[in-house]
Amino acid sequence: MAITLKVNGRSQSVDVDPATPLLYVLSDDLALHGPKFGCGLGQCGACTVISNGQAIRSCVTPVSTVANAEIRTLEGLGTPEKPHPIQQAFIDEQAAQCGFCLSGVILTAKAFLDKNPKASEQQIQQALSGVLCRCYVNVRMLKAVNRYAKEAAR
Amino acid sequence: MKTRLTSDARRALADAGFTRRAFLKGSGALIVTFASAATFDRVNGVFAQGFNGTGSNRLDSWIAIGQDGIVTAYTGKCDFGQGLYTAQMQLVAEELNVPFDRVRLIQCDTSMTPDQGTTSGQQSHPTNFNTTNLALAAATARETLLQLAAARFGGSANGLVAKEGVISASDGPSSRRVSYAELIGGKKFEVQLDPKARRKHPREWTVLGTAVARVDMRDMVTGRFEFVHNVRVPGMLHGAVVRPPSVGATVMGVDESSVRDVPGLVNVVVKQNFVGVVTQKPWHAMQAASRLKVSWSAGTGLPSQRDAYQQIRTQPAADTLLVDSGDVDATLKSAATVVRATYQHPYQMHGSIGSSCAVADVQGDKATLWSATQSAYPTRNTTATLLGLKQENVRVIYTRGAGCYGINGADTVTYDAAMLSQAVGKPVRVQLSRKDEMAWENYGNLFAIDQRIGLDAKNNIIVWDYEAWSAARGGRPGYNTPGNVVTGSLLGLNPAGFTPRSPAPPPSQPLNNGSNTAPSYIAGRVRDSQNGAGIVRSERVLSHRVRSPFFTGPLRAPERLQNTFAHESFMDEIAAHVKADPVEYRLRHLNHARLSAAIRAAAKAANWQTRPSPRPGQRETGVASGRGIACVCYEGDNGYVAMIADVDVDQASGQVRVTRLVVAQDCGPISNPDGMRNQIEGGAIQGMSRALGEEVTWDAEKVTSIDWRTYHPLPLGFAIPKIETVLINQPDVEACGSGETAITVVAAAIGNAIFDATGARIRTVPFTPERVKAALAARRSQSTA
Repeated sequence: MAITLKVNGRSQSVDVDPATPLLYVLSDDLALHGPKFGCGLGQCGACTVISNGQAIRSCVTPVSTVANAEIRTLEGLGTPEKPHPIQQAFIDEQAAQCGFCLSGVILTAKAFLDKNPKASEQQIQQALSGVLCRCYVNVRMLKAVNRYAKEAAR
Repeated sequence: MKTRLTSDARRALADAGFTRRAFLKGSGALIVTFASAATFDRVNGVFAQGFNGTGSNRLDSWIAIGQDGIVTAYTGKCDFGQGLYTAQMQLVAEELNVPFDRVRLIQCDTSMTPDQGTTSGQQSHPTNFNTTNLALAAATARETLLQLAAARFGGSANGLVAKEGVISASDGPSSRRVSYAELIGGKKFEVQLDPKARRKHPREWTVLGTAVARVDMRDMVTGRFEFVHNVRVPGMLHGAVVRPPSVGATVMGVDESSVRDVPGLVNVVVKQNFVGVVTQKPWHAMQAASRLKVSWSAGTGLPSQRDAYQQIRTQPAADTLLVDSGDVDATLKSAATVVRATYQHPYQMHGSIGSSCAVADVQGDKATLWSATQSAYPTRNTTATLLGLKQENVRVIYTRGAGCYGINGADTVTYDAAMLSQAVGKPVRVQLSRKDEMAWENYGNLFAIDQRIGLDAKNNIIVWDYEAWSAARGGRPGYNTPGNVVTGSLLGLNPAGFTPRSPAPPPSQPLNNGSNTAPSYIAGRVRDSQNGAGIVRSERVLSHRVRSPFFTGPLRAPERLQNTFAHESFMDEIAAHVKADPVEYRLRHLNHARLSAAIRAAAKAANWQTRPSPRPGQRETGVASGRGIACVCYEGDNGYVAMIADVDVDQASGQVRVTRLVVAQDCGPISNPDGMRNQIEGGAIQGMSRALGEEVTWDAEKVTSIDWRTYHPLPLGFAIPKIETVLINQPDVEACGSGETAITVVAAAIGNAIFDATGARIRTVPFTPERVKAALAARRSQSTA
């Protein structure tokens, strides 16, 4: 079945089983590197993308439910040469080790801060409560998100 | 990030195909040769795991300089997120006096890099940053270039200066200048590594020792980095595996018709107890694997988890005596006081956030594998065995996966992909399901540890008796034991043999404390040697290793963490028993300047108040606060750390909140202070997760920790402690690792802080609220004697 997806500002048509989780379409059919298969159960956050402003877990989202939605993946925020300010904050804080969880951390934080620009540090931490980083770069990641939040609020 | 190949490297590879033999015939600067470099390996030292490979004694195996002056280095130690890639680039830039951005690094590709075995056990710094391997290669290259310049100028190398890839005469006319590219660009060095080549002293460093940002960071945070999960090969199919429903179950039959209607089904593959499916699309592979009807025999059954710590004491065991002064029982008998306690540590898992993935392309008698294994060459050999191919016809290209912290599913999924690709004759990508990752990985070992000490009349420890039972099966496959992980075992290959041996023969070798089995406070005397870090001379260290029903293997600070939890918690109990300050009491029993310095540095940074534990005046209700210390000589001689934890214990709920961790760590000369800090911080919080929540569970037939609801790590949103790091730079000694040091002491530091806060001692990891509450309830009846 042909489904049209709007990913990172580009409309693309894919011919897939409509029950296929969005993640598989993004990483396999569209060969994107940002969203990752972590658990396939919506528990860890590694597959996170932003859909119509909402951070969603693409591993448990059937692709048919996001046809025509505006989907943004980690690579849709910025480029290595011109990173998005939240990505720049992660570079400045050197806030990663293996980097596999970054879609969950960065996109969950960004979607939350877009809606709650004046969130406190504690609220930001709360917003990340369902995200896992097994290298436990927590200190730097929270520093990076708070740094971005302060800059964005200005 | 894709491996950045220089034009020389690309040309050489293109000329060579991918076999090593063909490669050696290739022309160009990049020539890899593999004569043994065993003569350059340290005989003694920190090579506790013995997986360091043969390296190479040919300079051209390590370093090539192109006509454009770009330096390409080849390493067998890989970066899986710990920052080693950047640090090795710093090393090469430093030793060769070239700008950092002129260095390229190729890691762990069996067609190009030397065999350095496994990247593990924080061995990469000792191996590649001291006086062997990559460090020696870079130093040899610099000195060779100076000699070449001297020959060109017609004089001696004395007085020549190498800077930014150019050699000039320091006092001569400015015309006497020659670049590395002019001297050697595109040509081979054709020299051997020179053990006398001078490493730069850390005090001369300008690139090493600085906080160079990780070269992969931008690509990671912008979603460009290429993980093994992202590798796509033309014509690639997707596979998934079907693991047994219970431990020890075997295949009775497979009903292939059960998946006939799965779209894009290519094949069902059954080989002994290995079952897999191959489809066109990854989603369909997952579906086919879950739908495939396999009849399995009953499993072998599992011992009750409730009795696990007792059960391992009753099994046939392989016993090892590491130290035995022969007088332990007599000294205990004559001691003024004897203190004893038992500590227990569960199986824990690596639990990588990404379930493991690999891509294999097996075509006829050749195979290419994209694998996140920590062991490129060993995996090449074992996969060749499974495929029935020649080793030299198999190429393993290390491609990063999710952080592994030891042997996660990366090796086993490489075998999965190889078997499925061979069966269908096309490239196949396999990604494990979360359950397959967690239920079948090689867990960190379960331990039960009994300790006894005797005190003299002045409350000094005069005897220390350690006796431990631990359970193990399999491990890293190494070069020839693919049965050490689940896929090899399902294919009919046995894990490493197990021979019970009791009693243990008396110790004959000087103490090698690579697994931190011996506590820091004993003298560690064997015959004329004394390798312990402490002063207690009546000493026995006896281990019983039994067979585990589960695969086990190195998990960050393997065994060292479990042992250190027991030693350092027990030391705290003893200090409390004699009403001594835990810092002072440790220092009193140590004979090790660097460990003592780390303890003092941590105490100073934490503003430690000298007094015994528990903290006076605490109430037995409400939130109680306390502090605890723990320390270790990691692997005996591969890094030194002391950690002080501050905790709040909610005595109603049993919740433990760690509010601050102060970590003082000495790893010799520091290659990259920010990288070291990142490792300490990550290790500290990962250690908290393991101390507070992580435990593998099982029922009568299978593991029941199969996802993030049934295994309990700390998520990103929990209240994190303030972490203060004190980096102790030691420019005059050899480099140690720093990836596993801090995590080793976390459980003990937290447990000791809980005791300080509440007077309750918790002797079993993890410190769940239920366990904390039980310990709080037992306070009054608790006795250590």
